Amino acid sequence: MTALAPGTLPKSSPRGNAARARMLRSLLPALSLALVLMAIAWLNPRAISYFGFNLMLNLAIPIALATIAQMFVIAGNELDLSIGTFVGFVGCVTATWLRDAPLIGVAVLLGSIGVYALLGALIHLRNLPSIVVTLGMSFVWQGLAILILPKPGGKAPDWLLAIMSFKPPYIPFPILAALLIAAIVHFGLMRTSYGVILRGSGGNAAALRRAGWSLLKTKIVLFALTGLFGVLSGMALIGITTSADANIGNGYTLLSIAGVILGGGEFVGGRVSPIGAVIGALTLALAASPLLTFMHIPPDWQVAANGAILIIVLAARVLISRRER
Amino acid sequence: MASVRMLLEKPWLWSFVGAVLVWVATVAFTGGYGAGGMVTAALSLAVFTVIVGIGQMFVITLGPGNVDLSLPANIGLASAVAMKAMGGSDSMIVVGLLAALACGAAIGAINYLLIWALRIPPIIATLSASFIIQSVDISYGRGLQIKPPPGFADFTNWQVMGIPVLAMLTVVFTVAAALALQRMIYGRSVLAIGQNIRAAWLAGVNVGRIRFLTYTLCGALGGIDGALLAGYFRGANVDIGNEYLLASIAVVVIGGTSVAGGKANVPGVWGAGLFLVLLLTMLNTFGVSAGVRLVLTGLIIVGVITAAGGEKAVR
Repeated sequence: MTALAPGTLPKSSPRGNAARARMLRSLLPALSLALVLMAIAWLNPRAISYFGFNLMLNLAIPIALATIAQMFVIAGNELDLSIGTFVGFVGCVTATWLRDAPLIGVAVLLGSIGVYALLGALIHLRNLPSIVVTLGMSFVWQGLAILILPKPGGKAPDWLLAIMSFKPPYIPFPILAALLIAAIVHFGLMRTSYGVILRGSGGNAAALRRAGWSLLKTKIVLFALTGLFGVLSGMALIGITTSADANIGNGYTLLSIAGVILGGGEFVGGRVSPIGAVIGALTLALAASPLLTFMHIPPDWQVAANGAILIIVLAARVLISRRER
Repeated sequence: MASVRMLLEKPWLWSFVGAVLVWVATVAFTGGYGAGGMVTAALSLAVFTVIVGIGQMFVITLGPGNVDLSLPANIGLASAVAMKAMGGSDSMIVVGLLAALACGAAIGAINYLLIWALRIPPIIATLSASFIIQSVDISYGRGLQIKPPPGFADFTNWQVMGIPVLAMLTVVFTVAAALALQRMIYGRSVLAIGQNIRAAWLAGVNVGRIRFLTYTLCGALGGIDGALLAGYFRGANVDIGNEYLLASIAVVVIGGTSVAGGKANVPGVWGAGLFLVLLLTMLNTFGVSAGVRLVLTGLIIVGVITAAGGEKAVR
């Protein structure tokens, strides 16, 4: 702890301590990712290479996009329990209509983003619990996915396959994509004035309303953004797996919530971090399968690893927050 | 007239009205065939939703953010534990039930331990716990092919004059739960915490203990449910509890319990449980495909929630 620039802060002043704790707290997501990477490097040094990262982070892009999607609803103090089945639905549309009839495919995907916007409006206008509404919607998306693609199959459009198998020089594509996603969302949500309003709708809705902003609009925008990134996540997933299955995204609901929380997000108060969320998603993607494989732990325990990481990081956060007081 | 209006204002009434409407629609479709059998089947299936629904109701009543997402994993693990403890022999039924109860209660206690020690929202705590429980179950229950003891399987399917005995016992249990909620210090404390946790604390309610008891109770009910499900469906299964995440939350909300906490409704859980089961029966009778059934179930749940509306924000 003292390693963090001990000279620059006044010795043992309460404010200095608090600032240090806050900095440590915001570094926590990056620290946990570094820890997982170090463990992998120690267990299998050859994995830390261009090809190693390409393989290990194969599924990190869709997970990161789903996590960003979840982050937008969480920024507005809501929760989306349907994002997993929505990603599956998008996957089925991508592997069928988007390839065979691109116009219909695009229309359906845009329409589904519109459905998300409508859900946001409904939840705001009727003051509904988002957990229940999205749990209900998860059945709808799953049902639609089964109707579109009753059996696993379909094929990703060629242009999507080409994008997802892009091999840039030196930097593995998943890392490049993660950086790009984090940078774009960070700029949009943290550095623009409407981004502040969006986060404010989760932080202090009453103050925003009194200042004349439409809470209905912020809720619609947040849900539409969730839909947009859900669509991107589903498309990215199909670009990697090349074919679809109605259940392909089911695990993403819980992964995305875990990713947001790992990345320093909070359930209430509009406290979220796009960069943290992407880092959280990468940590989960790395810890769940490559790390366990290198540690010779059977895949049965993959899900448990996610839970354990979540608990460890939250425990670390509690320890740091105590110092913040 | 006044009593009619009072009855209409009961929030649980609508779930029963819905259940009856769905039943009438199905019976009209079949031309009266199987009307009684449908009630029997609905009662025996609704039992499982009602048991976890009551547990989830107590948790949700604790206030915003309180929800137990670990129920499906809990049910799955408890079903395996119960079947292993019973080992297929009638003499071990009670031991198996107690094992499932203890397993569920332990999971509930761990859930609260995480919430308390890490000071994290219950959603994340029960979510992390459910990840770990799920893995334990996959690892422990792999290739577990133990059938329930014949006596236990018969008991879970036992009917007297077309009414499942399990349903009768569950009615007794729900009456007890309603009494506990409205007439006992424990239940009143749960409601008080849900209405205003700080006021409850200032009034001398031992908030930590009540929350601990509530999560443990919910876990224990999940455990018992797992054992009963394994008996009814003749075998444990990792995925046996999957549908009970949505179902447990849905019956609580449709039944008129406030998601914002502090207002619970026990009869509504029964009404909503019957409504959901009858809805599935109706869609199956109409012969719709699995995809359409899922879509309609989801839309109806969203529709019911929208019609019921949320509370006006208190903040």
